[in-house]
Amino acid sequence: MTISATRDSTTAPDRPLLDVHALKIAFPSEHGVARAVDGVSFTVSRGESVCVVGESGCGKSLTALSLLRLVPPPGRIESGSRITFDGADILTLDDERLRDIRGQHMAMIFQEPMTALNPVLTVGDQIAEVLRVHTTLSRQETWARTVDMLAQVGIADAGARAKQYPHELSGGMRQRVMIAMALIMSPKLVIADEPTTALDVTIQAQILELLRDLRARTGMALLLITHDLGVVAEMASRVIVMYAGRVVEEADVEDLFAAPSHPYTEGLLAAIPKLGQEEERLQTISGSVPPPTALPSGCTFRDRCPYAFARCATEEPALLQVGSAHRARCHLVEEPARRAVRHDVVRT
Amino acid sequence: MSATPLLEVRNLTKHFPIRTGLLQRVTGAVKAVDGVSFDVHAGETLALVGESGCGKTTTGRSILRLIEPTSGTVRFDGTDVLALRGETLRRMRRRMQIIFQDPYGSLNPRMTVGAAIREGLIVHGLAEGSAADRRVATLLDEVGLRPEYAARYPHEFSGGQRQRIGIARALAVEPSFIVCDEPVSALDVSVQAQVVNLLRDLQRERGLSYLFIAHDLAVVAHMADRVAVMYLGRIVELAPRRTIFSTPLMPYTQALLSAVPVPDPTAKRQRILLPGDPPSPANPPSGCVFHPRCPNPLKDAECTRVVPPLEEKSRGHFVACIKQPLLHPSSHAS
Amino acid sequence: MSRRLSPAFVLMALLVAVVVAGPLLTPYAPNAQLDIIALRSQAPSLAHPFGTDAVSRDVLSRVLDGGRVSLALAILSVSLSLVVGTLYGAMSTLAGGVVDSTMRRLLDVALSIPRLLVLLAVGALWGALSFPALVLLIGFTGWFDTARLVTDELRALRAQEFSLAARAMGVRGPRLLWRHLLPHLLPTLVITASFGVAGTIALEAGLSYLGLGIQAPQASWGTILRDGAGVVQSEWWLSLFPGLATVFAVLACNALGDALRERFAPNHVPRRATSRDTAPIPMTGTTSPSAFSPSRTVRP
Repeated sequence: MTISATRDSTTAPDRPLLDVHALKIAFPSEHGVARAVDGVSFTVSRGESVCVVGESGCGKSLTALSLLRLVPPPGRIESGSRITFDGADILTLDDERLRDIRGQHMAMIFQEPMTALNPVLTVGDQIAEVLRVHTTLSRQETWARTVDMLAQVGIADAGARAKQYPHELSGGMRQRVMIAMALIMSPKLVIADEPTTALDVTIQAQILELLRDLRARTGMALLLITHDLGVVAEMASRVIVMYAGRVVEEADVEDLFAAPSHPYTEGLLAAIPKLGQEEERLQTISGSVPPPTALPSGCTFRDRCPYAFARCATEEPALLQVGSAHRARCHLVEEPARRAVRHDVVRT
Repeated sequence: MSATPLLEVRNLTKHFPIRTGLLQRVTGAVKAVDGVSFDVHAGETLALVGESGCGKTTTGRSILRLIEPTSGTVRFDGTDVLALRGETLRRMRRRMQIIFQDPYGSLNPRMTVGAAIREGLIVHGLAEGSAADRRVATLLDEVGLRPEYAARYPHEFSGGQRQRIGIARALAVEPSFIVCDEPVSALDVSVQAQVVNLLRDLQRERGLSYLFIAHDLAVVAHMADRVAVMYLGRIVELAPRRTIFSTPLMPYTQALLSAVPVPDPTAKRQRILLPGDPPSPANPPSGCVFHPRCPNPLKDAECTRVVPPLEEKSRGHFVACIKQPLLHPSSHAS
Repeated sequence: MSRRLSPAFVLMALLVAVVVAGPLLTPYAPNAQLDIIALRSQAPSLAHPFGTDAVSRDVLSRVLDGGRVSLALAILSVSLSLVVGTLYGAMSTLAGGVVDSTMRRLLDVALSIPRLLVLLAVGALWGALSFPALVLLIGFTGWFDTARLVTDELRALRAQEFSLAARAMGVRGPRLLWRHLLPHLLPTLVITASFGVAGTIALEAGLSYLGLGIQAPQASWGTILRDGAGVVQSEWWLSLFPGLATVFAVLACNALGDALRERFAPNHVPRRATSRDTAPIPMTGTTSPSAFSPSRTVRP
C-alpha cells in the first residue's frame, strides 16, 4: 500500500527516512508549562541503526511516542515541531493516513510486553490484527503469515503458541510477540522503546540478537531507545545522547565511546561498572537530573558539570560541530582549554 | 576473616504451596528456594546473582524471617535464627537489616523521612526525643543527605535519594549484617554509582557484612568478595570474585557473563546463547535443574536423575555439576 | 486547592452555615403556632417564604431547625459508624490468622443483612426513639461498610514493601497499625464520611417520613414531609421545600466526597512498580516526582 501523496511521490535516496526537527513536547504543571522535550532534532536514514540514550526523565520515550503521535494527554506537541517520515509530515497528517503509516511503515515495540499486549486476546489474534487492518488477505492467509512470523522471531511450536494468551508466555516470548507484531508488515522504521529493560540479561541477549538478525534480513531502520550504554555499543551505528529534554551529543558509536565530547556523556561512560575493570571507586556524576520545571539557566547540565565556567551560567550552548558526524552541546567545543580545569561539584 | 562465619545457611528451602480447586487443595509447590547453603564472614560481601525466578530475593528474606522458610538452618553469630520467637526475634532484627530494591515502595509515603529513620531507634529503645533527632541528623549526613531533609516526605526525593534514606534507616539500629536486595537495580547508571560507592564506604567504616542480591554482574564485580550464582532455587556456582569472572566453570555462569552487554563497540562478542527459556520453579526439571539447557557435551542421562551437590572443585571454588565442566570460559577479565 | 474542591467546600460551608445560624436568624420559633386561625396552611408569601403548615408553624423556620437535626443525626451516626468500623477492621487485621478470617466472615454476614429492614423492624418494635437512640441505631447498623473498607485497605497496605520494612525493623503489630498504616486510611475515611452523611440525611428523611425516625413535634426534613404527605397537591410547599433541602444537602455532601476523592485518592495510592525518576532537589519546596518519564519498570 502506498501512502497517499501529500508530499513528493519519489523520495530522493539520500533524503533521510525520518527527520525530526525542533520537537517540543510540553506538559502543564503547577509551575507553568514544563517542556519535557525541548527542541530535539535528529534524522534516521534508511536501514540505519540509531540509539537514543539517556537516563530517566530526559524525554527519550516521549520523543519516541511523538513519532507516531502517541503522546499521552495532557502532553502536547508544540507548534514549530516537525516530524517528517518518508516525506510525509506526521504532525499534520489526517487520521486515515496516519493509521496507514502506523504498524505498516513505522512500527513500535514497547517496553513492557505484559501491559502492551491485550490480556484477553490470543497472541496470534493480536498479530493477525495488524494484517487485518492493513491488508485484505483471507483468513487462512492471515493466519499462515502470523504463524510464520512467530517462527521467524524464534518461537518454537509457533502454531500452538499463536493460540495462547499473553500470560501463558514468558517475558522473553512476549517480547518476541511484540517484535512479530511490529515487523509483520515489514516496516521501513521500527522504534523500540527500551525493549529489553524488563528482561533478564540472558533473554536480553537473545532479543538483541534477534533484532540484529531481522535488521540484516529486512534492511529496516531501527531507532532504539535505551538507558543502557552496553546495549548502545552492541546495537547502534549512530548515537544520540539526551539530557533534560535536549540532545546534548550525537556521534557515530565508535567516536562516542572512544572520545566523548560532552561532560555528561563522559560522566555516564565513566560511571558504568564494567566487568574486568574493578576500580576502587566508581566515578559518579554528582547531583541528579533537574525537573523540567526547575532547569538551571544557561546550560542545563552546569550544576553537575566538573568543567563548568562562567559562560555556562549565562549562555545555553548550541549543538556545535566536533567532528564530521559528531556534535556536542557544550561550550568546551569552542573553548577546549577549559577542559584542563576540573573541579569538584558540591554533593547534594 | 575470622574462622567462624557470621552467617551460616544450610539447606535453606522455601516452597510456596500451589492451591487449586474449590477446596483450595495443595496440588503442588513452587520451589522458590531448594536447598541453598552458604556462609557470610564478618566484614565480607557475598553476592547472590541470578535471573528472575532464581530465588535470590526469597533467600534473602527467608534469612531474615520476613518469609518463613520451609526447612533448613540459619545461624547468625551462633544463634539459631529460625528457632527465635517473639521478643528474642525482635532483638535479633537489630543486628540483621535489609535494604530494598524499590525506592518508591519501601518508604511509607505518609511518614516523614526523619520519622522513618527514627522508628528503629524508638522501637528498640535506643534513643528518644532530641537525642533521637540528633541521631537521625547524623545518619542523614552519613549517607550524603542534608539533615533538614528529615522533615520532608519521600515523594519529594529522587530514586537515588530514597535509596540513601533506606540505607540510613537500616543503619539506625547499628546492624552487623545487611541484606541488600537489588539496591541499585531500579536506579539510573549515574545514581547507581553513587549508591554503590556509599555502600562500600559504609562497609569499610562500620565493618558491615552484606548479602548483596543482584542480577547485574558488573555491579556485583564492584561490590562482592565472593559470588554465588543461583538458578531455579539452587546455587550452581560459588567462588571468589576474581575466580568467577576469570574462570567460571558452570555453563550457566559462563552464559550469564557473556550475556552482559559490554559498553565498548569494538569489543568482540563471544556470546554463549542459552537455548529456550528458564523453566518454571513450580515444575523444575528432575536431577540437575539446568540439564535441559546445558550445552556441556558430557551431559547424559545421569544428569536427569542426580541432583548435583555443591562441591569444592578447587580452593574456594564450589560447583554443582557431576560432570567435569568442560566448556572453555570466555575471557572477560583482563 | 484543585478546581473541583473549592465549589464543593463552598457548598458545604453554605449548608452548614445556614443550618447552624439559620434558626437564630428567623423571627419565629420552629414549633411556635403563630395564629392557628389566620395563619394555618398559608402558601409562601413575603412574611413566610416557605409558607405555614396546618398548625400555623412557619415552614422556613422548621426547615432550618430540621436541617440542624438532620445534619446532626447524620454526622453523629456516621462518626459512630466510622469509629466502630475502623476499630473492628483494625483489630481483625491485628489479630490475623483464624481470628481475622472469622471476623471477616462475620462481617460478610452482617453486610448481607438489608439495613433498611433492620431499621424498620426496630422502629416497628420500639416505636418512638429518642435522638440519642436514633444515633446509636443508625450508627451501629452502618459500620459494616467501613469495617470492610478498613480490612481490605489494611490488607493491601500490609502487602506493601514499606510494611515489610517496618516488620524488618522490629515494629510490632499495634504500632505498625497505628503509626504506619492508619494514616493511609484517613483520606478514604473522610471520603466515606462525606458520602455517609449524604446517605444518612436521605435515610433519616425517609425514616421520619415513615414515622420511625424523628418524632413530632420536633422538626426534621422527614417530619415536615410527613406533615405534607396527604396534601401534596394543595399544600405543596410542605413537600417541596424540605424535599429541596434534602436534595441540596445530599448533593453538597456528595460533591464534597467526589472532590475529596479526586484530590486524595489518585495521588495517595502508593505506587508499586516504578523506578528511575528525576530529582526534585528539595531546596525550593516540594515538587511532585516527574510525570514526564513514562518508562518505569522495576527489574524482575
